[in-house]
Amino acid sequence: MIVLGFESSCDETSVSVTKDGQCVLSNVVLSQIDIHKAFGGVVPEIASREHVKGITVVLDQAMKEAGVRANDIDLVAVTQGPGLIGSLLTGINAAKAFAYANDIPIVGVHHIAGHIYANQIEQDLQFPLICLVVSGGHTELLYMKEHYHFEKLGETQDDAVGEAYDKVARVLGLGYPGGPIIDRLAVSGKATYKMPKVETKRAYDFSYSGLKSHVINTLNTLKMKGETIRKADMVRSFQEAAIEQLIEKSILAVDKHQAKMFVVAGGVAANSHLRKRVYEEFKDVVVSMPAMQYCTDNAAMMGIAGFYQYQRFGLESSMSLNGDSRLPLK
Amino acid sequence: MKISKRIYTLDEMAMFAESIAQTLFPGFVLCLSGDLGAGKTTLTQFLGKAMGIKDTITSPTFTILKSYKNALVLHHIDAYRLEGTYEDFELEEAIYSDGVSVIEWYENIIGSIPDAYLSIDIDFVDDMTRELKIEGRGKYETIVKAISD
Repeated sequence: MIVLGFESSCDETSVSVTKDGQCVLSNVVLSQIDIHKAFGGVVPEIASREHVKGITVVLDQAMKEAGVRANDIDLVAVTQGPGLIGSLLTGINAAKAFAYANDIPIVGVHHIAGHIYANQIEQDLQFPLICLVVSGGHTELLYMKEHYHFEKLGETQDDAVGEAYDKVARVLGLGYPGGPIIDRLAVSGKATYKMPKVETKRAYDFSYSGLKSHVINTLNTLKMKGETIRKADMVRSFQEAAIEQLIEKSILAVDKHQAKMFVVAGGVAANSHLRKRVYEEFKDVVVSMPAMQYCTDNAAMMGIAGFYQYQRFGLESSMSLNGDSRLPLK
Repeated sequence: MKISKRIYTLDEMAMFAESIAQTLFPGFVLCLSGDLGAGKTTLTQFLGKAMGIKDTITSPTFTILKSYKNALVLHHIDAYRLEGTYEDFELEEAIYSDGVSVIEWYENIIGSIPDAYLSIDIDFVDDMTRELKIEGRGKYETIVKAISD
C-alpha cells in the first residue's frame, strides 16, 4: 500500500510517499525556521502563508522523487492536529483536494502518533512498549499494548520540556530555537548550579515550570549581586535536571508495565544528553529513537502512522475532515 | 481604575483567581503581562479551575491558543512568540467570541485587543511574592473594585 503523507502543523511544510508502513520512498521537508528566527518563534499568520506558498512545490517534488503518479497512491494521510489551526488547514485542504480529485481514501492523523511511528521506519515496534513524547509542545508518557493503541500514563502539568529549553535560552540571551543551542553549549559546562527536585502529584506526570522559574530566579539573584553568570555551567545544570526528570519517570513506567521496548519520540529526541542517558539506563529493553531527520516534523512519519491507523480503524475521516488545534490522542 | 495587590502564596493566588471567576461574563477579556516565570500561566490554571474546567491547563506557548470546552469556554492565548507582529486575525476569532479569553503577552498583539479589558501585570518581588497591578478599562472598571476586596 502506497501512502501520500502531508504535514503542516507548525513550521515545516512536508509531503512524503511511503510504502507498507515502513519504507520511505520520498520525504520532502521545507522548513520555515529561518523566517521565524527573526521573531524568536513561530508567527501563525506568517506560518500559514508560507505553507500555502510551499505546499504544491513540495507535493510535486515528493511525487517525483518517489517516482509515483497519482494513480499509484492508495491512501492519503494528513496531520489533523494538534498544531496552529491556520497551518494545519493548509495541509488538510491540499490533502483533501488531492484525495478528492483522484478518488483516494483519506485519513486525518494525530501529530504525536506520527512522531511515535517515526520509530517504525528503522525497526518494527515491539509491544507492549512505553513511549516518551518530548517536544516544544508535548511532554508525556504513553503505554501501547499493540499497534495504534495509546494509553496516556502522564503528561506535563505546565510547560513542555522543549518550551523550557526555549525560554531558558531566551533569558540567557542565547537565541532560538533553544534546544540545540543549549545542547551544544552544555557540552563545555559543568553542572555546578543547584537545581530543584521536581515533585508531581502523580508518578508519571512532569513539571518544567518550576525548573524554568528557578533558572530565572537564580539569574536575577546573580545579577543583583553583580556576579558573572557562567552560561555554559548554567545550561549544563539545567539540561541535566531537565533530562533526569524524563529518565526517572520513564524507568518507572518501563518497569511497572514490563515493557519490551522503550521508544522516544518528538523533537527533543534529538538532544544528545537525552540520547546518551537513554542508552545508559535502558539496557534490558529494546530502545528506539528516531534517526535525526525523523525527530523533527516531517510527513514520512505521518504516512507511516496513517498506514497503521487505516489498518486498525479503516476510514474514519472523509471530505468533512477538519483541523483541530487541541486534538486528543486516542 | 487601577489598584495594586500583593500575593504571598499560591493559595492566595488561587483565592484571587476565584474572585475573578465570580465576575466573568461571555466575551470577557483578561490580559496578563509579566516576565517569564512571573506566574501568568499559574494564575490562568487557577482561574480555569474556578470556572469548573477539569482538563489540565498547560502552557499554550507552543500552539499559541488552547481552548477548553466548558459552560463558558476558556480561550488561553499566549502571544509570547508573536513579538513584533502587532495583531493576529486568527486569534481575533477567539478574542471576540462568547468565551472567556486570557491573553498572556498581550502587548505583542495589542492591535487585536478590544478597547475594554481587564489587565493584570505581575511583578516579581522575591522568589514567592508577587505584586499585581490590576487595571480595568471601560466596563471592566467596576470589576477591579469587586476583586480588590
